[in-house]
Amino acid sequence: MQALYAQLLVGLINGSFYALLSLGLAVIFGMLNIINFAHGALYMMGAFVAYFLLEYAGIGYWWALLLAPLAVGAFGMILERTMLQWLSGLDHLYGLLLTFGMALVIQGLFQNYFGSSGLPYAIPDQLRGGVNLGFMFLPIYRGWVVIFSLVICLLTWYLIERTRLGAYLRAATENPTLVRAFGINVPRMITLTYGLGVGLAALAGVLSAPINQVRPLMGADLIIVVFAVVVIGGMGSIMGSIITGFALGIVEGLTKYFYPEASNTVVFVLMVLVLLVKPTGLTGRAN
Amino acid sequence: MKKLITALVLGGAVCFAGGGTASAQDKTVKIGVLNDQSGLYADIGGPGSVLAAQMAVEDTGFKAKGWTIDVIAGDHQNKPDVGANIARQWFDVDKVDIIVDVPNSGVGLAVNNVVKEKNGVYINSGAATSDLTNAQCSPNTVHWTYDTYALAHTTGGALVKAGGDTWFFLTADYAFGAALERDTTAVVTAAGGKVVGGVKHPINTSDFSSFLLQAQASKAKVIGLANAGGDTSNSIKQAAEFGIVAGGQKLAALLLFITDVNALGLNVAQGLNFTETFYWDLNEGTRAFAKRFQERMRNKAMPTMDQAGVYAGVLHYLKVLDAMGGNPHDGAKVVAAMKATPTDDPLFGKGEIRGDGRKMHPAYLFEVKKPSESKGPWDYYKLIATVPADQAFTPLADSKCPLLKK
Amino acid sequence: MATITDNAAPARHSHRDEFVAFVIMAAALVAVPFTGIYPYFVMQALCFALLACAFNLLIGYGGLLSFGHAMFLGTAGYCTAHALKVWGLPPELGILVGVAAATALAVITGLVAIRRQGIYFAMITLALSQLLYFIYLQAPFTHGEDGIQGVPQGRMFGFLKLSDQTTLYYTILVVFLLAFLLIFRIINSPFGEVLKSIRENEPRAISLGYKTDQYKLVAYILSGGLAGLAGAMKIFVAQNASLTDVHWSMSGEVVLMTLVGGLGTIFGPVVGAFVIIAMQQYLAQFGQWVTVIQGGIFVICVLTFRRGVIGELAHYFKRSL
Repeated sequence: MQALYAQLLVGLINGSFYALLSLGLAVIFGMLNIINFAHGALYMMGAFVAYFLLEYAGIGYWWALLLAPLAVGAFGMILERTMLQWLSGLDHLYGLLLTFGMALVIQGLFQNYFGSSGLPYAIPDQLRGGVNLGFMFLPIYRGWVVIFSLVICLLTWYLIERTRLGAYLRAATENPTLVRAFGINVPRMITLTYGLGVGLAALAGVLSAPINQVRPLMGADLIIVVFAVVVIGGMGSIMGSIITGFALGIVEGLTKYFYPEASNTVVFVLMVLVLLVKPTGLTGRAN
Repeated sequence: MKKLITALVLGGAVCFAGGGTASAQDKTVKIGVLNDQSGLYADIGGPGSVLAAQMAVEDTGFKAKGWTIDVIAGDHQNKPDVGANIARQWFDVDKVDIIVDVPNSGVGLAVNNVVKEKNGVYINSGAATSDLTNAQCSPNTVHWTYDTYALAHTTGGALVKAGGDTWFFLTADYAFGAALERDTTAVVTAAGGKVVGGVKHPINTSDFSSFLLQAQASKAKVIGLANAGGDTSNSIKQAAEFGIVAGGQKLAALLLFITDVNALGLNVAQGLNFTETFYWDLNEGTRAFAKRFQERMRNKAMPTMDQAGVYAGVLHYLKVLDAMGGNPHDGAKVVAAMKATPTDDPLFGKGEIRGDGRKMHPAYLFEVKKPSESKGPWDYYKLIATVPADQAFTPLADSKCPLLKK
Repeated sequence: MATITDNAAPARHSHRDEFVAFVIMAAALVAVPFTGIYPYFVMQALCFALLACAFNLLIGYGGLLSFGHAMFLGTAGYCTAHALKVWGLPPELGILVGVAAATALAVITGLVAIRRQGIYFAMITLALSQLLYFIYLQAPFTHGEDGIQGVPQGRMFGFLKLSDQTTLYYTILVVFLLAFLLIFRIINSPFGEVLKSIRENEPRAISLGYKTDQYKLVAYILSGGLAGLAGAMKIFVAQNASLTDVHWSMSGEVVLMTLVGGLGTIFGPVVGAFVIIAMQQYLAQFGQWVTVIQGGIFVICVLTFRRGVIGELAHYFKRSL
């Protein structure tokens, strides 16, 4: 039974990464109607920027948490301005393929310059060590990841669902012409939204740098799982993807205990089941 | 067993003597380095293996003796069908004589079949599967650097001797992981140890915490990591985070390369045990080679054992060709001659290639140094034990290789 | 989903153009062994071309984007390889086993997936193919990542020696051309017309009394079975079956082939498959730059010629190809 508690907690930690990543994906899909296949690559860039900051500028983890998402977000906005915006109004498929191509280019370039085995990044001094919870040894850093990502998720949700800016955003996706008529610069809002989604991915990258090896391919396999999370939660639903992200982490944690071989597959079983019962995901609106 | 080896060597020598004079004129050779240039294993082999092959060609000095030797490279993208196609095309169109490296067991075995069909020469350095010289052995194949049997026996045997008699396995859920776990379990139990548990994880897992918790709870003295690449790096990094090594348990990575240790950093990797058959800082010969290699490597990395195997394999191949007086373009004949000629190179020392295609050399158990013990970049390993070749690799008596039954 | 293929709709529909194009394609392919082009490369490309054509049947004419077509390719591949190597069946029966397995799989997954549309259809097929991937990873007969190696090529119908390069080439070519004609026939049959009407406007097709789900299911099964045929033929070329054929990135590759060639065009998938396979084959020497180059080509493709090679040509000449 103790082991089970431990697995649940560990699952929750993983869930926070899924939540952050799928949140970014959901924001982008909801506002731009683009399935951002480059999300994994941008997550990886976040981790790499954190590494560069430390290695070449001596800037530590705490500033990296702020600077890396800004830098990668800015990079994302450039991508949106130069490429993605030409696809507005076209089928989802084109956005998916374009971002898939971008992911290949980004990952390939990083691999050329930094190899495939990756770079080290240490846990910040303040978060080293762990506490014994009785049923498990919890590294402090992991606890920090859960709390921090939960706060970020809720802030993002609040920003989009409860503020005026968020209301403009939502309106702009429903009816861009009308919103433009009110004197709001819709293209700029879309660019900013993409930057926000990408920034969230980069933030997840910085968070994971001390835990996972900083490798060019670190996001390549994650992206498919995160897709599944977004689909299960309902495409474009902010709260849906946050909750599903955490919930999936827990389900995966339990699978790792009872049938570990299937822990990477369980998400797809869930996806099939959910889509059979609720065609548009758990919280998705019918279109 | 000795008798069998002698018989094979003699048999090979007869072949050698018979074929040596047949086509003395042709002095052109084309070497194809086929490996993962862009994916997971690119640091282990990749462009470094191409460099190693080129260095071997230069070091022979055969160009001055009238040989024309070309080295070409290909990326198999870790796909067996792509690998087999490139290999087939190299033989059919580009007239390649020899394919070297080929990491990734699936691709390695696929290429093994093509080389046999086309009667080329195949020196595999990067793949781990011991099937290459066992059930699927071929008269055209030499398996140079290491295999799952050697990894399991060296690491498993030495650690049990050192008191690590209870084991818990973290196994990648595929054939390679299963083979490592099976072989290591056999060694551990034979040496009087006990396997108290294990968990199979899917490949390309990014989070190992839940598996590590199970390993921690098992109270086993040694946690064996029967996985590879990013999976191994991540499990080691997270084991440090969960205080596993600090808590008194030992980590044994069954397959790890120096580039992985470099990527992890000594802070995380210290105290780790694992087996390699080559380390740059073993002796004068290895140091001299490594220094030259590092200078020419784009990212200034030291050679891995895979790249070292490519160098030594190509060197031996070319020496044998030169002794034959020319390239007969007959793979089986050349490999027979390679088996008949004892090997001697600065990286692996003196050795031989057995009848089943297994290159014999000692295996070393290393431990990663503490940061305070390291004298500088790439000074990472402490030598813990040396296992002689005949104990490190599959005994011929246990081999199912049909070549041995003649 | 309709926007994907709208722009490829021909200005003037003529079977004569298509017939001429088919004859040119067939003649070019027949001539390959005499040109010095490496036949194994063409064989590999033909298998993928068939796969892409099967995929295109579903998306280009049924409007359904499957992101799991690798499961048919891989299933047929594994079953054929196992039948040839372990059961010792002759090639024609081996192919039959593979195609039957892929078709059966299409029936089962089709019943689950077909009720979903658009992006959800893509995602559910992706999920199903991931489940299949897991099963093949676990099943002992596939030998995990080592794959089924050294599959014997045997003699087709007892007299066609498939280990001979030229015989193998023409066997594969004949199978490909027959399958291609079958797809062409399906597209132009009344069934195909109904399918297109569903793609354009499903509610209207329903109101006209068509049971659209049944039509889509049949299209899905046909597509799965033909993709299976591609997988079975591929075994004779590569002589091994491996997990790469069931991995999701293979499903992605099929989408890319079809897109590069032209979605919803008859010849597009063939051209796309040749382009992508040629890239894989001839870029191999660029080593680490391969992924960057590939990615760059996709980006350029999507940004500049979205109709694909054939789609752009057809649009320019106002023909249907």
